[in-house]
Amino acid sequence: MSRSIQEIQDEIIEEFALLDGDPEMTNFYIMELGQKLPPLDEKYQTEENTVKGCQSKVWLVPSMEESQMHFEADSNSAITKGLVSLLVRIFNDQTPDNIVDTDLYFIDKIGMNRFIGTQRSNGFAAMIKQMKLFALVSKERQAMAKSDQK
Amino acid sequence: MSSTENTVASPAQQEINQIRQDFPILHQEVNGRPLVYLDNAATTQKPQSVIDALTHYYEQDNANIHRGIHTLAERATAAFEETRQAVHQFINSNEPEEIVFTKGTTDSINLVASTFGRMNVQKDDEIIISAMEHHSNIVPWQMLCEEKGAHLKIIPVNDRGELLMNEYKTLLSAKTKLVSVVYVSNTLGTINPVEEIIDLAHEQGASVLLDGAQSTAYLDIDVQALNCDFYAFSGHKMFGPTGVGVLYGKRRHLEKMPPYQGGGEMIRNVSFEKTTYNDIPYKFEAGTPNIAGVVALRSAIEYINQIGKATMRVHEEELLNYAQERLSAIPGLRIIGTAAKKMNVVSFVFDDVFHFDIGQMLDARGIAVRTGHHCTEPLMNRFGLEGTVRASFAIYNTPQEIDQLTEGLTRIVSMIRK
Repeated sequence: MSRSIQEIQDEIIEEFALLDGDPEMTNFYIMELGQKLPPLDEKYQTEENTVKGCQSKVWLVPSMEESQMHFEADSNSAITKGLVSLLVRIFNDQTPDNIVDTDLYFIDKIGMNRFIGTQRSNGFAAMIKQMKLFALVSKERQAMAKSDQK
Repeated sequence: MSSTENTVASPAQQEINQIRQDFPILHQEVNGRPLVYLDNAATTQKPQSVIDALTHYYEQDNANIHRGIHTLAERATAAFEETRQAVHQFINSNEPEEIVFTKGTTDSINLVASTFGRMNVQKDDEIIISAMEHHSNIVPWQMLCEEKGAHLKIIPVNDRGELLMNEYKTLLSAKTKLVSVVYVSNTLGTINPVEEIIDLAHEQGASVLLDGAQSTAYLDIDVQALNCDFYAFSGHKMFGPTGVGVLYGKRRHLEKMPPYQGGGEMIRNVSFEKTTYNDIPYKFEAGTPNIAGVVALRSAIEYINQIGKATMRVHEEELLNYAQERLSAIPGLRIIGTAAKKMNVVSFVFDDVFHFDIGQMLDARGIAVRTGHHCTEPLMNRFGLEGTVRASFAIYNTPQEIDQLTEGLTRIVSMIRK
């Protein structure tokens, strides 16, 4: 059984609390998180997989296995890759329902907007929107598959 | 500037410290560290005298200009026109009537495109700009060319970021109606050979507009000696307020040009049958202008004159040389723009680090630089880049701040590459 979205968010909040709001350390930490995210095969780094609304390039590739979603992601920016890695960590192995309904309270709790600025916050919001959209599509597909079975 | 100015001594550290005292904004902490402001090509900070002029205007003199008969209107009008006089002397126009107040460089260029351009550029005519232009000196001409069926020709740049003058000569022809080029590149710092550009254009009967956004605070500008037809610049890049700019135009052009916008101030008589227009420069100043901004622009000019442009150039040349020397030593850092004649700006990239990340992490250390394409996307494409990191200097910057930039960058790249 995978951990709940809430548990993972709380874990992230605890990790960021250790950085004491230091902007430089926070940026380095975010980049470290990004370095741990496996690189996305170049053949998936396509225009189609690009998240619109980001300054840097972000590629997101969703997949579905046994009713759970899985995301792969990469970016040409080390900080952006760290940011998207947080979302991958939260949303991986969750059901589409859980992803669509999630309130991402960790963003406010860690004061993210303060250290990533408005432009990046908008880009981050675009990534969340894209992931939720993928989840919504998967949810609809599941519903359609179920109604076909009936 | 790379030419040595041997008559002017560089200001001592003590003088720079004194100058820093004139800029209240510099004395603050950002992210727990003293602010290091190296984004002067985007906008310069304002000395106390400019801030005081703005406050004084609103506290003592605020009234609408030119039409009121009361005392405040007289004072506001006088202050506004004193700035016109000051700008006229500052760039040595033939007469103050050749100075039009605008919102900024972009507005000034759009004014010329919409009036002079519409009147003089026809189907299959050509306008020449350069590969290093700011979007504000590209898009107005593209719009005009689209409207008129005219063509935009581009002077290419070499790998150092210098204009290819031979290519320029081949582009010029009887079809060329206007050449519009930047004096100093905001992205590369290149100082273009504008005298030669102007003379060559005039030989073909073409007029020339100079984008002086980056040059006006530092270079000695004599529009009569340059013999340019138009010269556009902004107040906010020369220690003045935002939202105020200048268009210089030769009288013979301004008089022939149709108005830019209709409204109050720009008219002589209005009736529903026929409206006649005011004389220059008022013909181009429809509506209530940014009076406070214009008034305070005079304080900015006085501030520059008081320090002296030559002193500023010497100081900034030292900063530029020092910055290029220190930054070049950082592993993987590549400077973009290595023109023989350059000033004020050092643009750089790391091939393995996204420019935006550098900007964000420098900000975490209280250092303000610009990242991105700097509104010169075609130039970025020329160099095969998405963007650069740009540090740009002003009279209040110090070698210690360049040390801080260098230390910051060194630490950032070492953390990213570990």
